[in-house]
Amino acid sequence: MSAVRIFVPRDAAALSVGADDVAKTIAHEAKLRGLDVTLVRNGSRGMLWLEPLVEIETARGRIGYGPVRAADVASLFDADLLDGKSHALCIGRVEDHDYFKRQQRLTFARVGVIDPLSLDDYRAHGGLVGLEKARVMTPTAIVEEIVASGLRGRGGAGFPAGIKWRTVLEAQGPQKFIVCNADEGDSGTFADRMLMEGDPFLLIEGMAIAGLATGATRGVIYIRSEYPHAIATMREAIAIARRADILNARFDIEIRVGAGAYVCGEETSLLESIEGKRGQVRAKPPLPAHKGLFGCPTVINNVLTLAAAPTILAEGGKAYAEHGMGRSRGTLPFQIAGNVKHGGLFEAPFGLTLRTMIEEIGGGTASGRPLRAVQVGGPLGAYFPESLLDTPLDYEAMAAKAGLLGHGGIVVFDDTVDMAHQARFAFDFCAIESCGKCTPCRIGSTRGVETIDKITQGQNVEANIALVKDLCTVLTDGSLCALGGLTPMPVMSALTHFPDDFRRNTLRAAAE
Amino acid sequence: MTLVSTQAFDAALVEEIARDEQAKALSFFGEACGLSAALLPILHRLQDTFGYVDDQSWPIIARVLNISQAEVRGTTSFYHDYRHAPAGRHVLKLCRAEACQSMGVEALVDHLRHHHRLNAGDTSADGGLTVENVYCLGNCALSPAALFDDRLVGRLDKARLDALVAEAAR
Repeated sequence: MSAVRIFVPRDAAALSVGADDVAKTIAHEAKLRGLDVTLVRNGSRGMLWLEPLVEIETARGRIGYGPVRAADVASLFDADLLDGKSHALCIGRVEDHDYFKRQQRLTFARVGVIDPLSLDDYRAHGGLVGLEKARVMTPTAIVEEIVASGLRGRGGAGFPAGIKWRTVLEAQGPQKFIVCNADEGDSGTFADRMLMEGDPFLLIEGMAIAGLATGATRGVIYIRSEYPHAIATMREAIAIARRADILNARFDIEIRVGAGAYVCGEETSLLESIEGKRGQVRAKPPLPAHKGLFGCPTVINNVLTLAAAPTILAEGGKAYAEHGMGRSRGTLPFQIAGNVKHGGLFEAPFGLTLRTMIEEIGGGTASGRPLRAVQVGGPLGAYFPESLLDTPLDYEAMAAKAGLLGHGGIVVFDDTVDMAHQARFAFDFCAIESCGKCTPCRIGSTRGVETIDKITQGQNVEANIALVKDLCTVLTDGSLCALGGLTPMPVMSALTHFPDDFRRNTLRAAAE
Repeated sequence: MTLVSTQAFDAALVEEIARDEQAKALSFFGEACGLSAALLPILHRLQDTFGYVDDQSWPIIARVLNISQAEVRGTTSFYHDYRHAPAGRHVLKLCRAEACQSMGVEALVDHLRHHHRLNAGDTSADGGLTVENVYCLGNCALSPAALFDDRLVGRLDKARLDALVAEAAR
């Protein structure tokens, strides 16, 4: 009998709840019992509440067990784990799990399935088909395929990727760059991290395609320092891709590590940061597509945008555009997080409602208490009350409700949340992370914290609320980038949808 | 495992690191490469080597990169990651962002303050542990999250927090 393959994820989220201990214990237990097993350290399937999710390859498919603690391993072997037998932790065939079956995995098709650092696995599961097609196409034909797909920037702004690529293709310059924005700083988002840890060759392939499409010969992946596991995996993958001649002098990639500045997720401050400067926002124009890194024409895209390119090239832009709704085409890897029972990554076409995502797929709050607020799109996204949960998740529908979709992160709060406190945090975060270039953001954020404090202490409440609203208008109109420009979004949504939280002192006094 | 190095400041080593990173940047970016392109990698390596970025490094880096000391200092002070003094033997970065707030990280912050007398930015009296704030570790479905040296911890609670503080004291 050949060795049975056992999968234990190496994804950072799985490691954070003991996956390494589980893997070690499985190896030890198998040896003790004289069983022939091969341990594969895969990415995560994205059902994060089940991590560590151990999978066994059987004739019936991959059978999952989770969440497995090291202390459970002996009992799993006792229950004939190698034959995929039943056990209290058994979830059956992973692909049959409802959470998994309801998804449409294009970008995340291989994540959790393959060994992330095996190029053979990558090829066997459809990898490099897009790049091979691109190699025999003209740059214009590649760009037009991306345009036809309707792909929009997955970082949050939703700018059409094909238009950006076309601009760089048409720009003149002795050197051009592809920059991947992997500075995934929004709370509630982890899709970039999971992709880099679970299928790093996909990002490399996407960047190589972007290089062919625009004439760029160098790529940089800017990864935040808070992601040490993603950095390590991408570094290994780049070394492997160089040995396999996927990366070479014609197109090569380097990793740059961030240094703990949220604002560097903004594209122009990210470019400044790679150049070794303070991460201060640049005024646009000039656009990075014309004058980007070191003044050269530069494509700067989010991880998920670049990672969508291989699928689009392999299957055609038209096939990709068939998914989604309105002007939001394709799929988005949503991330369900915070106070939610079944948190994880859920890739689906645009258009599912927030309610479906949180109640049906996420299973409601983790605490079991009633849901009170949901923040979509990171720290600059709006807080929605329960009454807005029927909003579809696409760029335009969220904007119509004064919210944003951003990078697809959904953070759930139960009824213990104090929304005045959350509004204060939004200003505080802006004060901590402001690059300092625009006065409304640099100083207004601190004035915002002080004014919210006055409101919660019951000082001139209505006058101070009017002041906060005024300040929000100044921030929106007077900031160069989204940090100052969108900090008003969580603040104003809290004020609009949860007015009582700002008037607790007044309400209490009236009741007495 | 201790990540934070205790190696004493060494001017020759700073210069060697700066020259090495500058050569790498030049070979990768070619003619387009700006003067300060190697600065962040240099600062990261200094912090990995010495545990912090010593002020005495500024003139050395400035000379190697042919930029002003003000530029080196400006970049160093902009980024939250770079320390200006050595940290404890272990560093605990506690995530204070929204997803972790929704799962009660603020109660853990209070616990650290009241039971272990540690606020963000503090180092324990025995030099074992430095506590820092971080905003998102990308583990938002298993909140609250923390990074203990290079180890990511999910579903942090008071008991696990106490265990980490005890581990750092050993």
